[in-house]
Amino acid sequence: MYLSREEEAICRGEHGETLQRMMEILVALGDIYGAERLVPVRSVQIAGVSFKNIGDAGLEWISDLRGRVAVPSILNPAGMDLCRWKEMGISEDFACQQKKVVEAYGRLGVTVDCTCTPYQIYDRLAGPGDHLAWSESSAVSYANSVIGARTNREGGPSALAAALIGKTPLYGYHLDENRMPTHLVAVDADLKGSDFGALGFLVGGIVKDGVPIFRLRSLPDSDELKALGAAMAASGSVALYYVENVTPTPPAGARPSERLDLDRKEIDEVYEKYPGIGAEIVALGCPHCSRSELERIASLLEDKKVQKELWVCTARKIAEKYPDLVARIEKSGAKVLCDTCMVVSPASERYKKMMVNSGKALAYIPGLCGVEAGFGSTEECIDAALGRI
Amino acid sequence: MEIKCHKVASGCASGPALATKETISFLGNVNPQTGMVVDPAHELYGQSIAGKVLIFPGGKGSTVGSYVIYQLKKRGLAPTAMINLCSEPIVAVGAIISGIPLVDRAPEAILQLKRGILVKVDADQNLIRF
Repeated sequence: MYLSREEEAICRGEHGETLQRMMEILVALGDIYGAERLVPVRSVQIAGVSFKNIGDAGLEWISDLRGRVAVPSILNPAGMDLCRWKEMGISEDFACQQKKVVEAYGRLGVTVDCTCTPYQIYDRLAGPGDHLAWSESSAVSYANSVIGARTNREGGPSALAAALIGKTPLYGYHLDENRMPTHLVAVDADLKGSDFGALGFLVGGIVKDGVPIFRLRSLPDSDELKALGAAMAASGSVALYYVENVTPTPPAGARPSERLDLDRKEIDEVYEKYPGIGAEIVALGCPHCSRSELERIASLLEDKKVQKELWVCTARKIAEKYPDLVARIEKSGAKVLCDTCMVVSPASERYKKMMVNSGKALAYIPGLCGVEAGFGSTEECIDAALGRI
Repeated sequence: MEIKCHKVASGCASGPALATKETISFLGNVNPQTGMVVDPAHELYGQSIAGKVLIFPGGKGSTVGSYVIYQLKKRGLAPTAMINLCSEPIVAVGAIISGIPLVDRAPEAILQLKRGILVKVDADQNLIRF
């Protein structure tokens, strides 16, 4: 891989040991994936935050690093609400270690917003054509597909290396040749809300790491695109997709070689296969709720009381910006949790069955939390929480 | 004997060979507190990787494996060097953050190297000697 004079000096250790190691990570990954050179990134989103996932091993490494991030950098969700962890039933020990992880990132200059939807709270992190080094799979998918930026799906250390150096190796989804659609997915059905999570859950399992281009009758809004991409990144490893007449378009000359045809019956089968009945908890906000999703939930809960545990996960910045919405939701007895979600928090593990409206949570909850998952629309989830199902 | 290879993580170190034909997931296959291979299904089950030149085709599994390598190194339980046929990001990143020399693109026959033979890995020169 070609390195500039300055990059070579960093490699030789002329800018300290931390930067030397970070540059070595970028060069090794560039070699493995055949990158020609490094490219500057506009922002970084770092995975490896939940103590449940990285454990003492990850905490030790992050705590040992010395340096400052070179570009705006933000965190993935943590294993708990950093303020209300006691209400979640999180142990003192876990909370102590989790706080140390977040503090260690903070010392490196990382903005300690813990969210999978950085694009919902900051506009300045990504724009069309920008190179990024983002980690969280749904954020990666949204950045590539909806914003039209360019990022690979980074691991924790490679994202942190990109943050400290301000660059990432130029390969994969940074290059037009890897952004060509591989599958045309035609859906002959009117889709709404959680249907897009169900669609993503199905398509991710089929196309794996391919690049689908959707031909849809109903045009998804930004929250529906978020749900679609998140589900495909969880049931498969889709990091980029297109929706005709909605998202930015593929590079010229695109000819998908495979074709998939889906209809209403296949979408409905996802709901039927994972019924919500018997769930002791309902969890919404995977990926983190936007303002409009919080509004929808608040209006469905108006003047009602929940009969089951109901979590609504969002970014702290959003909850702080709309305290009236949070108050309306919590008046019902539901909890608006920040900085975390049902997938990465150990708090999920004490339940047997959880109902969700997210194709991503449906894919991950059984394996990562050992909890059975039921799937329904937002309305059905709220009905379940209110004891109507 | 001298074999050409390709540097992934810099450095030069030697130790007795411990080779396996199976890939390794550091998260799950290796206990970070003892350096022992603890997965009964693995060819190296019951062996300590501490102080060895660990020779294996490549890594697999969770990305947390990179941090496990770091933890082993801090406790003095890591391999002195590692040799892969083809390094993937988990082991590559783990070796780099831990300062363990790692090379890849070694010939497949290296996986059959006899246990205990003294091996030197000079990543900076892209060479393996034994």
